[in-house]
Amino acid sequence: MKNKFSSLKIMEKNKLFTVSASPHISSRETVPGIMRDVLISLSPALAAAVLIFGFRSLLVTAVCVISCILSEYLSRKAMKRKNTVSDLSATVTGLLLAFNLPVDMPLWMAAVGSVFAIVVVKQFFGGLGNNFVNPAIGGRIMLLVCFPVAMSTWALPMAWRTKPDVTTGATLLYKLSGMDMSGDIAEGMGAAGLPSMFDMLIGRRGGSLGEACTIALILGGVYLIARKIIKPVIPLSFIGTVAVIMLFAGKFDLDFLGYQIMGGGLILGAVFMATDYVTCPSTNKGKLVFGIGCGVITAVIRLYGSLPEGVSYSIIIMNILTPLIDRVTALKPFGFVKEKAEKEAKA
Amino acid sequence: MSKLDGLLKAVGKVKGGVHADYNKNTAETATIRVPLPRKVVVPMLQHIGAPCVPTVKKGDTVKTGQLIGDSESYVSAPVHASVSGTVSSVGNVRITNGATVPAVIIESDGSNELYERFEPPKAADRDGLIAAVRASGLVGLGGAGFPAHVKLNFPKDKKVDTLVINAAECEPYITSDYRECIEHTGDIIDGASKLSEVLGFSKVIIACEDNKPRAMEVLTQKIRDEKKGSLIRVMTLASKYPMGAEKMIVQSALNKKIPPGKLPLDVGCIVMNVTSVAFTSRYLKTGKPLISRTVTVDGNAVAEPKNLRVPMGMTVSEIIDFCGLKQEPAKIIAGGPMMGTALVDGSVPILKKDNAILAFTEGGLPHKKEWDCIRCGKCTDACPLFLMPMHIDIRTRLKDAKGLEALGVMSCMECGSCAYACPAGKPLVQYMRLGKEFLKEEEKLEK
Repeated sequence: MKNKFSSLKIMEKNKLFTVSASPHISSRETVPGIMRDVLISLSPALAAAVLIFGFRSLLVTAVCVISCILSEYLSRKAMKRKNTVSDLSATVTGLLLAFNLPVDMPLWMAAVGSVFAIVVVKQFFGGLGNNFVNPAIGGRIMLLVCFPVAMSTWALPMAWRTKPDVTTGATLLYKLSGMDMSGDIAEGMGAAGLPSMFDMLIGRRGGSLGEACTIALILGGVYLIARKIIKPVIPLSFIGTVAVIMLFAGKFDLDFLGYQIMGGGLILGAVFMATDYVTCPSTNKGKLVFGIGCGVITAVIRLYGSLPEGVSYSIIIMNILTPLIDRVTALKPFGFVKEKAEKEAKA
Repeated sequence: MSKLDGLLKAVGKVKGGVHADYNKNTAETATIRVPLPRKVVVPMLQHIGAPCVPTVKKGDTVKTGQLIGDSESYVSAPVHASVSGTVSSVGNVRITNGATVPAVIIESDGSNELYERFEPPKAADRDGLIAAVRASGLVGLGGAGFPAHVKLNFPKDKKVDTLVINAAECEPYITSDYRECIEHTGDIIDGASKLSEVLGFSKVIIACEDNKPRAMEVLTQKIRDEKKGSLIRVMTLASKYPMGAEKMIVQSALNKKIPPGKLPLDVGCIVMNVTSVAFTSRYLKTGKPLISRTVTVDGNAVAEPKNLRVPMGMTVSEIIDFCGLKQEPAKIIAGGPMMGTALVDGSVPILKKDNAILAFTEGGLPHKKEWDCIRCGKCTDACPLFLMPMHIDIRTRLKDAKGLEALGVMSCMECGSCAYACPAGKPLVQYMRLGKEFLKEEEKLEK
């Protein structure tokens, strides 16, 4: 047989082949691939934000993304660690943080939040995979504590089309859109300008950049589940728990339930932030506990808390509990039998 | 009557696992016998257990099938000369797994003269059969290399009534078991009948992945022709890796979970590779020991992928050269791409357990860049044994023996599903091995 290469000849040249541990093949999935899918899944909500709140939402997003990437790059460099910008995780953090900000947020504040999210929450704890809370939520909560007024000044939806400079005062729309102060809900509902259920769905209402358009968020969530990036466990248990509690709390008022589910950052949080791999439990059982925990805390804060941050605080609290949940929901190996059961079987 | 009448469906569901491209390129190429090599290197350790001691010395003349190494140890299997000729040396060689073991090197005289008139062994009863299987040198031909007589000699007080014949062949590329099903269908059925008759199995399940319909067809047809339908049934399994792993195939075929550290016989069955069964049947008929095997030669560097019948001890380079290389290989694997061993060079001999030789070019295998672990949990989802590689890695680094034990690291079979699935490209199988080694060391220290 005539062949250009002969392994005997190659061997004579003392060629050594590559050795590595098995397996020698791998799936096509990569970390930046997953991050890219998350970015794709967030794009409908970004497009909706531009339509609802105008081009300033793009500007806010750009500031957040660029400052996240820059702070990732510079902080890694300062810590003499390898550059990790290409894993796209900083881009995702930037986009998610922007989604959690009001459109009229001063840009420098957005940048400060981004730097905090990346440098303090993520890199100080060891970078991707080691942060104990979701960086975007960490950034949002830091901004909320430092700049409460700017963080709760919501633009009117579509206002940019008619009178670009008009923004509303904080409280009314805040109550209406966020539905975070249950005591005022009756009062709020009586006020003019409460969005209809249809408006809530398509996003014709006030709120943070990315949380307004329910349909766009659900679309993104379905994409993530279809691509097997996330499992539906956390979104369903999170939203489901809130829904059940609110159903009883609202005495079976379906409108109240609708506002509770679509209002505030619940869907954005449940689909895109609570499912962050790094800060949620790794087993299905753990994810279920996590989701229900998030739901209960969100509902309790919304019903009884004096702070508006139901979703953010619930996720951050459950983030912190994740190592514990992981420990108690650890899987038992295949065929594992409890020693007791084994002894009984023998007896 | 349809071709697949009477086909059993899997009764248990196997969780986890991965779906790799099958790449069964050689499935429909008939097995070819290679010309005799000029020299064979027959290692004394081709199985799990104690190495054999050479029974010949330099300068001896040996004939094909002659015993050249045996051991007094129970868990061991004798080795035989695969060609006739002269023993040119007895010394240490490196084998496919990287270990250095004693070996007998035989220069072939080209005649391939048989050692003796082989006679069918007396195997009418249990002890006779087990002694015969031991004498044949048979080890698990599916890749594990566990001495077959040890497996068959299960304690008499254990109720073992089912023989599961493993024809899953879930590793990509490999088709040697599939060829056995197609080319030696009768041997498989005869072997199954004989083993059941002597060892008292009341049920035989030939379990095959559903991506090999032709194998299932010919087996079903043969069972029908031989009127063995009441004893032997063919079962179709979902095609996913690692369906052919012992615990997985038992779970699938019988819906029984083998506990960690236990064997199939603890749940009432024995699992044997399909080629091992066929060989047993041939041996009982002819008395000719295990001196050759079918090897799948494939990979993108190979010019003409083939299934070859090769004598044990032929070197990997010679085997590859028979199929030709179209490009310079960068990685050569003994076994499948999921669990096979990457070879340093091609000078190592083929062993009884090696079912494939794969040669890949630089870039012929996907190389994933390593990223930070994002705790996505895909390793846990992929693990068919419900282990959590990511947590096991952390426990190993923390040197937490208790934690490692609780996570069940010792039941890891190193199937590679976790590492295959990992989007961060982590060498998770190595991490698992480190965890196991650490735990073994700790246990030694305790004692």
